[in-house]
Amino acid sequence: MTNPSPVLELDGITKRFGALVANDNISLSLAKGEVIALLGENGAGKTTLMNILFGHYAADAGGVRVNGKLLPSGTPRAAIAAGVGMVHQHFTLAGNLTVLENIIIGAQSLWSASLKINAATARIREISATFGLPVDPAARVTDLSVGEQQRVEILKALFRDARILILDEPTAVLAQAEAEQLFRILRSMAEGGLSIIFISHKLHEVMSASDRVVVLRGGKVVAERKTADTTPAELAELMIGRAVSRPKRQAHAAGAPIVTARSLSVSQGGGMHLDSVDFDVAEGEILGIIGVSGNGQAMLGRVLSGLARADAGTITFQGQDISRITPRQAVRLGLGRIPEDRHAEGVVGDLALWENAVLERLPEISRWGFVSRALARERTAALISRFDIRGATPNTRTRLLSGGNMQKLILGRNITAKPRFLLANQPTRGLDEGAIAAIHSELLQARAEGAAILLITEDLDEAIGLSDRLQSIVKGRLSTPIPAEKADARVLGLMMAGVWTTAQQGAKHAT
Amino acid sequence: MQLERREDISLTALFIAPFAAIALALVLCTGLIAMAGVSPLTAYAEMLHGAFGSRLSITETFTRASPLILTGLAAAVAFRARLWNIGGEGQFYMGALVTAALGHSIVTALPLPLAWLVLAIAGMAAGAMMLLIPTILRLRFGVDEVVTTMLLNFVVILFIGLMVETVLKDSMAFGWPQSVPVASSLRLPNLVPRSRLHVGLILAVLVVLVVWLVQARTVFGTETRAAGLNPRAAAFAGVPLTTTLIKVAALSGGLAGLAGVIQVLGPMGYVTTTMSPGYGYAGIVVAMLAALHPLGVIAASLFVATVFVGADAMSRTTGVPSFIANVIMSVALLAMLTALLFTTYRVRR
Repeated sequence: MTNPSPVLELDGITKRFGALVANDNISLSLAKGEVIALLGENGAGKTTLMNILFGHYAADAGGVRVNGKLLPSGTPRAAIAAGVGMVHQHFTLAGNLTVLENIIIGAQSLWSASLKINAATARIREISATFGLPVDPAARVTDLSVGEQQRVEILKALFRDARILILDEPTAVLAQAEAEQLFRILRSMAEGGLSIIFISHKLHEVMSASDRVVVLRGGKVVAERKTADTTPAELAELMIGRAVSRPKRQAHAAGAPIVTARSLSVSQGGGMHLDSVDFDVAEGEILGIIGVSGNGQAMLGRVLSGLARADAGTITFQGQDISRITPRQAVRLGLGRIPEDRHAEGVVGDLALWENAVLERLPEISRWGFVSRALARERTAALISRFDIRGATPNTRTRLLSGGNMQKLILGRNITAKPRFLLANQPTRGLDEGAIAAIHSELLQARAEGAAILLITEDLDEAIGLSDRLQSIVKGRLSTPIPAEKADARVLGLMMAGVWTTAQQGAKHAT
Repeated sequence: MQLERREDISLTALFIAPFAAIALALVLCTGLIAMAGVSPLTAYAEMLHGAFGSRLSITETFTRASPLILTGLAAAVAFRARLWNIGGEGQFYMGALVTAALGHSIVTALPLPLAWLVLAIAGMAAGAMMLLIPTILRLRFGVDEVVTTMLLNFVVILFIGLMVETVLKDSMAFGWPQSVPVASSLRLPNLVPRSRLHVGLILAVLVVLVVWLVQARTVFGTETRAAGLNPRAAAFAGVPLTTTLIKVAALSGGLAGLAGVIQVLGPMGYVTTTMSPGYGYAGIVVAMLAALHPLGVIAASLFVATVFVGADAMSRTTGVPSFIANVIMSVALLAMLTALLFTTYRVRR
């Protein structure tokens, strides 16, 4: 299946970070005009491998060949000169400069007397037209959407004559429609003779956009398949190394409403606001809020966490007004809260595990202002064993936990308090399948015990798998709810696009 | 070459860092001492002798260390909460000024322990005020407290100059710009007869222990650390960031003010515009060398006091200017900051 003369060959790449072997004797080759997907869980070594390829890291063993010529290790400059371009997950653009300026920075000689702006503009327009990458060269990067910024990154690589393009989790920041557009662009680039490697852990993307899949697990290549010859189920099992199934929701009748919002509006600070939002979450029910990120999910989470105050409308918890509470009051009332970003808001990384476990409840775990440390450590030890937080003691620095274990800590400190209401904001973002399954089963257990759960997520499989009812959020407004049974790809797509009357009818027809 | 965050900070490295920094500072300063025409070994031996060679020099070193412990603690407490208090010097002087003003007038009527308590509270309040203003400016308007606290130092010292030339002028001082002395009954008792060492040292050490206990064991201490390390997560968990920072400011400014109180009631007896050889600024060095740990503050204060007292003696016997003390201290600070960088980050090619 490999062409006689591959454009890119990795040969026995090994890279260690201390005791960790991030890449273990990895070899792969890429043909002209081919799209390879590099599939693997977080920590499988995908990003390390691509960083070696591009010269950010020097490999401990092995080499990279482009068109048969060995690249000197550890210099991105050599990689660029050889025609390798990289689009990072986090863009490397200067926001206050224009598209044109961002593209030509570093591409022109430091000593040339003038910037060849007209020639460069013409060239950018030409590349844009060839590959269907419409961007205005004169626009400021800050004014562009995330999808457009990504196009600028790709243009930057193409402007430097890249023939091999590496994209690190290109769809992590994109909405569904933008992602589909991106893959169309990648396909046309491949047809134009470029070779592409993209990194992903999303199976459907890999299936729809690649010619060949290379599966990494624990730093090793565990399988290589032609995309046409494999199935998502096989890839999932290869990627995880065992068959993991997410727990299923058991049908049961929801009780009385616990949290009710009516015409809730919030407009403070930056970001998307909430505009006259209505929802109910009942006892023993999970309400899923789906939508493309940046449509008001963050603000909804902030209000329910006690970090933002409502300007208009009401939100009640068991009949009590909670539209203007503080985080401490929220905890005292029995509102459980899983924040959107566990590193930034969920834990203080440099504090010990036990301190993070009780930080929300310091007043109740102290006497005369002194923290009862023995009690706190005891509770934390119980939390560690009950929620299977691996490789940790109560005294471990929280920063050292993996994302999944950190999330189990945050979930655990909420669930042990038996909250009547639980806000789960992107509870499994960036986690691997094993951790996702654990978090899901805990959420379902809390539901079975009668908690009302508001699940905010971008992961549609998660939303459909866990939720009893679904609402979409678009530009700060919520759709009317639909039962999860009536959700299919078309209905959810319409809901997320903001066309919910049509979606409702679609759902009605589906019954 | 790039810096990479270490997975875990080694406590051993953190413990070794200040010693390495001090050693490096001493090595780097040998060049300067040699330029002054003196053998560095002789100079350092003279410094050590000057700081610990006699009963008098030992008591003098501890006398110097007493206010440093408090100003160092003031800086450490504030830095822990990421409140960059560079105004220890001004806060020290405000504590001193209030002590002199009250200590020769109304407070003299009170019985002794009560009078001391009143002076301590008043001096701490004055010091706290000098930090509360910049802190509130930062919270309300985002004014950088590094700038405001540092500039306030100059304002305060000029204000002291005004006071000791006018309302608080000591008419018996033959025209020297110094304040009226506090009542002799209010002066702190000596620890060692025929020396300047006073009970202020004991007080400073006790205060360190109390602050350590508060930081390590109380809700306030835990909240302060959380707020300093990750304000967003602390706020999410319900830590009231604004009130926490205001409490920290009051504590930090109060501690620096208390240093001024004990300096006036102890060795000085009155206020002048030159009574501090930079106790407030040296407090920053002390706090960093202590890696912001309250107990480390005591050891670091002793080091800085040794350098100051030793350098004075050394310059008398060898002729190397005593400014070398400031150089050693500054280099030690830079070396410590670098060392702290390497305890959190490692270099990777």
